[in-house]
Amino acid sequence: MIHIASLGYRFGSRVALDGVTFGVAAGELFGLLGPNGSGKSTLLRILTSLRRPSQGEAAIDGCDVASRPAEVRRRLGVAFQSPSLDKKLSVEENMRFQGYLFGMRGRALAERVDELLENFGLQDRRKERAETLSGGLKRRVELAKALLHGPRVLLLDEPSTGLDPAARRDFWEVLGAMRGRDELTVLVATHLMDEAERCDRVALLDQGRLVALGKPGALKDRIGGETVSVETAQPALLAKKIEDRLGLKTRLAGESVRVDSPDAAGTARKLLDAFGAEVQAVRVGRPTLEDVFLTLTGRGLDAGEEEAP
Amino acid sequence: MRGNTAILFVLPVWSLLMREILRFLRQRNRIIGALGTPLLFWVVLGAGFGDLQLFFPGALLMVVLFTAIFASISIIEDRNEGFLQGVLVAPVSRLAIVLGKVLGGAILGCMQGVILLLLAPLSGTSYGPVEFIAAVGVIFLIAMALSALGFLFAWRMDSVQGFHAVMNLLLFPMWMLSGAFFPASGASTAIQLLMTVNPLSYGLGALRRVLYGEAMADSLGDPSLLSSLGVTVGFAVLTMAVAVWMAGRPEKN
Repeated sequence: MIHIASLGYRFGSRVALDGVTFGVAAGELFGLLGPNGSGKSTLLRILTSLRRPSQGEAAIDGCDVASRPAEVRRRLGVAFQSPSLDKKLSVEENMRFQGYLFGMRGRALAERVDELLENFGLQDRRKERAETLSGGLKRRVELAKALLHGPRVLLLDEPSTGLDPAARRDFWEVLGAMRGRDELTVLVATHLMDEAERCDRVALLDQGRLVALGKPGALKDRIGGETVSVETAQPALLAKKIEDRLGLKTRLAGESVRVDSPDAAGTARKLLDAFGAEVQAVRVGRPTLEDVFLTLTGRGLDAGEEEAP
Repeated sequence: MRGNTAILFVLPVWSLLMREILRFLRQRNRIIGALGTPLLFWVVLGAGFGDLQLFFPGALLMVVLFTAIFASISIIEDRNEGFLQGVLVAPVSRLAIVLGKVLGGAILGCMQGVILLLLAPLSGTSYGPVEFIAAVGVIFLIAMALSALGFLFAWRMDSVQGFHAVMNLLLFPMWMLSGAFFPASGASTAIQLLMTVNPLSYGLGALRRVLYGEAMADSLGDPSLLSSLGVTVGFAVLTMAVAVWMAGRPEKN
């Protein structure tokens, strides 16, 4: 449904995307995971035909984004990170004006608006102005708006940014219900690993390059074993001590030091015996997608410079 | 198929235009600001110089200037808040986007102008239905031109603050040198030259000729009706064309 081949994009001397290739099957929920500045937003802009690729090609449902932008846009629903709702308009007006943009009108439009407001549980909010809604409800309207014209592919850019955990859960539930109803292909760009964990497959993007692609479980199996995560006041110092004294390989992730090990429980005990005084907390767990990213790139997901718009 | 294409063009224009008008009506401070400032100017200047009639067309021009410009520069807000991005990824031509936005601003400017026009008899200005319709037509043309001018300045800007410089250094002087503030007949040669190249002089000239007749406009040194209308139409077409061209260029990075 989405086809991307050796896609490259540069502005000036900066390479934003470098030979990215992947495909998304119909009905798939596909994640694009990477820190800010990794090229996710640029990729989405190319798919929406707001930017022309410098090299390679991209197609939605068989339509090339560079040569057939109008057809691509009819097939796409997009929910950007910054809300596209007009705050001064009511929920219903926002939906109706969106419909006009896609050439919808009259009864057909009214019925479609009703249907979506119903499905999204927004019927009783339809007369309310967008500015009065909570962040979670705004997101729901945003999603309803993106799906109004019945797109086959939905692009989501950092969909749960700024939402509290309950609203996040709600958002994914609603999205799941919509996916079940229509055969919707979804591409989610995110820097949050728990968002990526929900996807059928994930592409890890770092500095414009695709570093890994696969099912979340398979990606995690790749770095294998379990991870011991140690929280401490001075992570860098502790990491060095662990390497010097125990000869274990460590990684730094924010406030914690991580050690991959086939026998995590044993390693955790060893670490506690040796450095108990400096340790605030120890956690043993399966590696996360962030661990995968860290292992492959040496960088965390929070790092990275602000991406140019 | 042709009918279908027309609908795909007209509906988005309608969408953006109606949104502009609804937004305006829901922000009461904008209505008050756009109508209050010129009203104040008119009354203070008119009373100061003892001639409300003389300053009426100038006040009218200012209402249109404020309303049309402020409506079209809201494109900066639209861009920053994300609304514009949603429009840009819809299958809508750039011409339709510019037209919707500019027409919205022009209609608002025109509506405010008409409100002021209805107050004109208070100053002793009297006009018949023909003059009224002609004046509304002229106001609409000026509003289109100014709305498009606002749009083309605002399109690339990322903050409303940046627009204030344009407002103070270009638009306000354009108004001052249009004949709204003082007539061309008494000005120095340099100022007269500036007034001749200022497209707003012709808009004001057209308003005065339509409302007050030829004799008064001639005595103030206004351009002829034909050149007034010609330049005003040309100004509107030119600013529209540039706005469409600007919006059609690919965005950087």
